[in-house]
Amino acid sequence: MIEMRGVSTHFGKHAVHTDLDLEVHRGEILAIAGGSGSGKSVLLREMILLQKASAGVIKVFGDDIASLSEADTRALRQRWGVMFQKGGLFSALTVRENVGLPLREHTALDDKMIDDIADWKLSLTGLEPDDAVKLPSALSGGMVKRAALARALALDPELLFLDEPTSGLDPASAREVGELILKTHALYGGTVVMVTHDVDLMWQASDRVAVLGEGRVLMTAPMAELQHNDNPIVQEYFVDARASAPPPAPPSPAPPPPPPAAALSHGR
Amino acid sequence: MNTAALSQFADHEWKLSGGWTVHSLGTLGKPLDVDACSQGNIILDGEKLEALDSAGAWVLQVWLQSHGAAATLRHWPPRMQALMEQVGAYTKLKAAPNTEPNADLTTAVSDNQASAMPTQSPAVRLLTQIGVSAYAAAGQAIALLTFTGQTATTALNLIRHPTHIRWRAVLHNIQIGGFEALPIVGLTAFLIGVVIAYQGADQLKHYGANIFVVELVGYSMLREFAPLITAIIIAGRSGSAYSAQIGTMVVTDEIDALRTIDIDPKELLVLPKIAGLLIALPLLTVFADICGVFGGMVMARSQLGISFYEFLDRFGREIHGTAFLVGVGKSMVFAVIIAGIGCFQGFRTVDSADSVGRQTTTSVVQSIFLVIVADALFSVVFNILKI
Repeated sequence: MIEMRGVSTHFGKHAVHTDLDLEVHRGEILAIAGGSGSGKSVLLREMILLQKASAGVIKVFGDDIASLSEADTRALRQRWGVMFQKGGLFSALTVRENVGLPLREHTALDDKMIDDIADWKLSLTGLEPDDAVKLPSALSGGMVKRAALARALALDPELLFLDEPTSGLDPASAREVGELILKTHALYGGTVVMVTHDVDLMWQASDRVAVLGEGRVLMTAPMAELQHNDNPIVQEYFVDARASAPPPAPPSPAPPPPPPAAALSHGR
Repeated sequence: MNTAALSQFADHEWKLSGGWTVHSLGTLGKPLDVDACSQGNIILDGEKLEALDSAGAWVLQVWLQSHGAAATLRHWPPRMQALMEQVGAYTKLKAAPNTEPNADLTTAVSDNQASAMPTQSPAVRLLTQIGVSAYAAAGQAIALLTFTGQTATTALNLIRHPTHIRWRAVLHNIQIGGFEALPIVGLTAFLIGVVIAYQGADQLKHYGANIFVVELVGYSMLREFAPLITAIIIAGRSGSAYSAQIGTMVVTDEIDALRTIDIDPKELLVLPKIAGLLIALPLLTVFADICGVFGGMVMARSQLGISFYEFLDRFGREIHGTAFLVGVGKSMVFAVIIAGIGCFQGFRTVDSADSVGRQTTTSVVQSIFLVIVADALFSVVFNILKI
C-alpha cells in the first residue's frame, strides 16, 4: 500500500530521518510510534504530500509520489482521508458542511444527498444530529476528533491517515475513539495509518506498530512482540507505561495476546 | 507571616526567620549584599524559618556563593532543606566555569551568549544585523515571487475551466470588503474633499481665483486622493482580515486539511479575494470620488460662495475623463497589491498565535507602503506619457 525506501529528511543541519524504510500492508492498521521529536508527524506529512522528503522514494498505491503528474496527484488525494491532530475543521462551516465538503468538491451529488451522507457519517462517528449544525468552535475536544474522522471518511477512502487521534482526550474518550477506529476499519476495510504516542490505543487498535527512533524505523511488529523486544529505545518507550495500570482488554477482531498485568497505559 | 530576616547571633552562625518567599523578598535583596558573611563554612539556623520557596532559596544561595561560603543547615524542615540543596546545586552549576559544555543546555546557551556578545565590536554587530536582514528580505522577495507565480498559474488554470470559479466566495468578498466599507470610505473621502477645498479657498481668495477650486478639488480627488485613501482604508480593513484569516487557518491545520482533500487553497482563498477586491476597490474609488467632490462643493459654497450649480457646471466642462480613468485604473492595481500581500503574509504564518499577529501587522504595513510606492511610480510614468 505504502512503501518508503531510504527516506531522509533534514531541516537545515538537523536530520529527522536518515535512510528510513517503512512498509504499510493493505488492510492493516499501522501505528507509527516514537518519542516527541522522533519525526512521526513529519513522516505522515511526507506520505500525504504536505512535505517533501530530502531523499528517498515514497510509493503510495504503488506509484512514486515524487513523479506523479498533477492530475494523478489530484486523483490520489481523493483516495485517502486525513484526520489532523487539531481536527483541521473549517471554522467558517458547520460540522455538516465540513463533512460534506469533499463530496461537494469532488462529486456531482446534489445538496440534499450530500447533507444526508454527511449526517450518516456523523452518526457513524457518534455525533448527534443536533451537532451537525454547530460550528466547530462549539464542539468539545472529543467531538472535534469525531467530526474530523467523519470528514476523513467522507469519500469512503481506501487509505485513512490519523494524526494523534487521541491526543488531548481523557482516557474514556480516547478509548471511544479507539473503538471508533476499529469500527470504521471493520466497516470500510481500508488501510489505516495512525501516528500516536498513546500506548493504550496501540494495544486497542493496531495490527502492527512501527517504532521510530534514531531517525529510522527501529522495528515494525505487533504490540505483543514489541513488548518483548530488547532494543533499549523500544524498551525505553514502554518504560513509563509498564509502571502504571494494566491495559484494556484486547479488541475483538484479531486480538493481540493479552499483555501481562504489569503493562501499559497512558504513559507518555 | 513575618517578613524575611537574617541575623547573626554567633560567630559563623546565622539565624533565618520569617517567610522567604517571592512575595516577601522584595525588601530584602540589598541588605543581604551589604551584610558581611564570613568565608568558609557557616551554620544557617532554620528554626524560626516560616516558609521558603525557590526564590528565597535562590537569594540565600547567591548570597552564600558571592562570599565564597558554604552553609550547614541546622533545624531545617526536610522539604525546605531539599529545595535549598537543589537550588544550590543549580546555582553552582551556573556559576562554574564551562568545564562540561553540554552538561546543561540553559547554562551552555547563556554562556555562549555571554561570551559572544562582548567580543563583537559594534561595527561587526551592525554588519551582522544588516546581513541578517538582507538575507531575510531576499528570502521574502523570492517567496513573494513564488507566491505570485503560483497564484498566476492557478488563475490561468481557472480561466481555462471557468466552472471552477468560486463565485460565491467572490461575491462574499465583495460584500465584506466592498459594500460594508462604503460608510467609512465615503466619510473619509468627504472630509478629505472638505479639507482640500478649505485649504485651497484661503489661497485662491487672495488672487480672486475662487472658481479654480473646482479644478483643485476635482483633479486632486479623482487622480490622487480618492484612489489612495480608499486603498489605504481597505488595506487596513480587508488586507489585515485576509492575512489574519489565512494565518489562523494555517495554525488550525485548515490549510493542510484543504490540501489533503484536494482543494487548492489558492483557488479557494486567494483568487476570490483578489477578484473580489478587483471589483470592489474601483467601485469604492468611484464612490470616494463622488463623496470627496461633494465635500469640496459644500466647502466651496460656504467659503467661496460658489453655488452647487456653478461648481458642477465648471466641473463638467473643465475636468477631463482621463483624470477619472487614471484614478480608477490605479485602484485596480492597488487592489491586486492589497489582496496579494494580505494573502501572501497569511500563508507565511508559522504555527503560533503570535505569528498570526505579526504577519497581519506586516501585511498592512507592506501593502500600504507598496500602494504608495506604486502611486509614486504611476505619477512618474503618467508624467512621462503626459497623461
